[in-house]
Amino acid sequence: MKKRSGTFYLLMVPVLLWLIMLIVIPHLDLFFKSFRFENDDGMMVFSLNNYLAFFEDKIYWLTFVKTALYSIGVTILAFVVTFPVAFYLTKIIAKKYSSFMVLLLLIPIWIGELVTIYGWMILLGDRGVINNFLIGLGVIDTPIVMLYNNFSMTIGLLYMSMLFMIIPMMSALESLDDSLIEAASDLGASKWTIFRQIIIPYTTPGIASGGIIVFMLVIGDYVAPNILGGKSALWFTEQIYNEFLATFNWNEGAAFGFLLLMLSSAIIWLALKLTGQKLDKVGS
Amino acid sequence: MIRSLPCSSLYKNSYRLYIILFYVFLIMPLVTICVLAFNDSDFIALPWNGFSLDWFFANNNDRLGLFKDTDLLLSIWISLKTGFFVALFSTVIGTIAALLFEEEDFKLKGLLYFLALAPLVIPGVVLGISILLSSTFAGTYIENTFGVDVEFLRPSFWLVVIGQFSFGATYVMLLVSARLKKFDRSLEEAGQSLRATRLEVIRLITIPFLRPAIIGAFVVAFLISFSNFNTTIFLVGSDPTLPVDLYSRIKFSSTPVLNAVSFLIVAFISLSAMISFAVNFRKKQ
Repeated sequence: MKKRSGTFYLLMVPVLLWLIMLIVIPHLDLFFKSFRFENDDGMMVFSLNNYLAFFEDKIYWLTFVKTALYSIGVTILAFVVTFPVAFYLTKIIAKKYSSFMVLLLLIPIWIGELVTIYGWMILLGDRGVINNFLIGLGVIDTPIVMLYNNFSMTIGLLYMSMLFMIIPMMSALESLDDSLIEAASDLGASKWTIFRQIIIPYTTPGIASGGIIVFMLVIGDYVAPNILGGKSALWFTEQIYNEFLATFNWNEGAAFGFLLLMLSSAIIWLALKLTGQKLDKVGS
Repeated sequence: MIRSLPCSSLYKNSYRLYIILFYVFLIMPLVTICVLAFNDSDFIALPWNGFSLDWFFANNNDRLGLFKDTDLLLSIWISLKTGFFVALFSTVIGTIAALLFEEEDFKLKGLLYFLALAPLVIPGVVLGISILLSSTFAGTYIENTFGVDVEFLRPSFWLVVIGQFSFGATYVMLLVSARLKKFDRSLEEAGQSLRATRLEVIRLITIPFLRPAIIGAFVVAFLISFSNFNTTIFLVGSDPTLPVDLYSRIKFSSTPVLNAVSFLIVAFISLSAMISFAVNFRKKQ
């Protein structure tokens, strides 16, 4: 092995400190704490009780399963909603407008989740803007209940995550040569065939990395389920939040956190396997 | 279907309609927030009672405007400070990490790179509780062993900075790496053959080339920090950041002052976006 210059260590040491102190140790700690349990004598012992509590209480694992399924659902929904937009902005709209339209997509991202979710709360409430508007028009007499349920939660989760999917899909679409589509069309392929046989296979890397980002944002989100979902739409992060900041049962919370981490890692691993992607591609 | 292919006007128009609806969906909550910030009302709702700047400037029994609300102003200030330090630390470490992973070869590089990317696939809540658990543990240990109370290991301003930095550095690393991939290595080799040390090469050649990406990454890290809630909530001490403050107000005591703050954020972001767009546009021409 060749001799290292001092500069190498100058680069290596801070990075190692970052990764070990803030990524490795905290998550190992999370793992160990999740097996700590205070027994009847007030002693801290090694135990599986934190995990048993999760499986014994229906509300915990039901919320867990619901969070997993909803996160997958919202990710698919985000794809369905945003793919046409990504396609339009790369392949259809005149080039001179497209960069401005893309800029508009970035604005809600930078404004931040809390503000935009608050906006949806104002829109969807019983006395909110949409109900007010509909009653004013005479379309309805009594307000439609749109807030504090799974519907409003889904809107919020979709809104705050979907834009992160457009950008990777657009960069995949940009490198798709138009002549491939033209050739298929000349050979008599229908729009649906072109979409299925050319566009989708070609943009799979973009869809996969965008989908993973969306999935992560959704499954780990607290703001949209809590503010827009209210009490009737539970989310697993809310259980973690309660263990840490309401009942102060940190070890139980650690077990929940670890379960959430395992769940998200497993689903992402599966998604990467199914689409034949690598994690470092997701980053770019 | 695409620009060069003809298609029916029904297809074209319904596609266009969908895009318009999508943008309406996108902009609707933002417009609502902004409009209601100027409504002369004590509630965050229609009907429109006329234009008023009360929720910015009023200071009376019923209404406390944004610029008179010292708690809110303080949380904005804390968020700005947090954002600055997070951006600073993330930019330094993220750039170093980009240089390390792009330009050096070493054992376990793949594993370390995986760890550096891990914050992308760790839910923010989990990152928050992990750092809270381990810092509390370290803090208690140090206090019991040495009798010293280390403030930044308890939920506090600096713990928030540390927590946000842990993932901010990843985003900076990705942004700087992307630029570094376009770098012509022969420039570094030329520098080295002219007897510059490795450090001089980095300082005089590589860093100047990376400058636009580094500045961009600083801004991104700042914005990520400024709007973060999921990680911050577990690490925050007695002085809340703006998102934490907004959250508790939304849950417990919402008045249109929330709209006033949100309006400022929306206006600031939109304006900066437009300016950067105009500057880029002019550069291209």
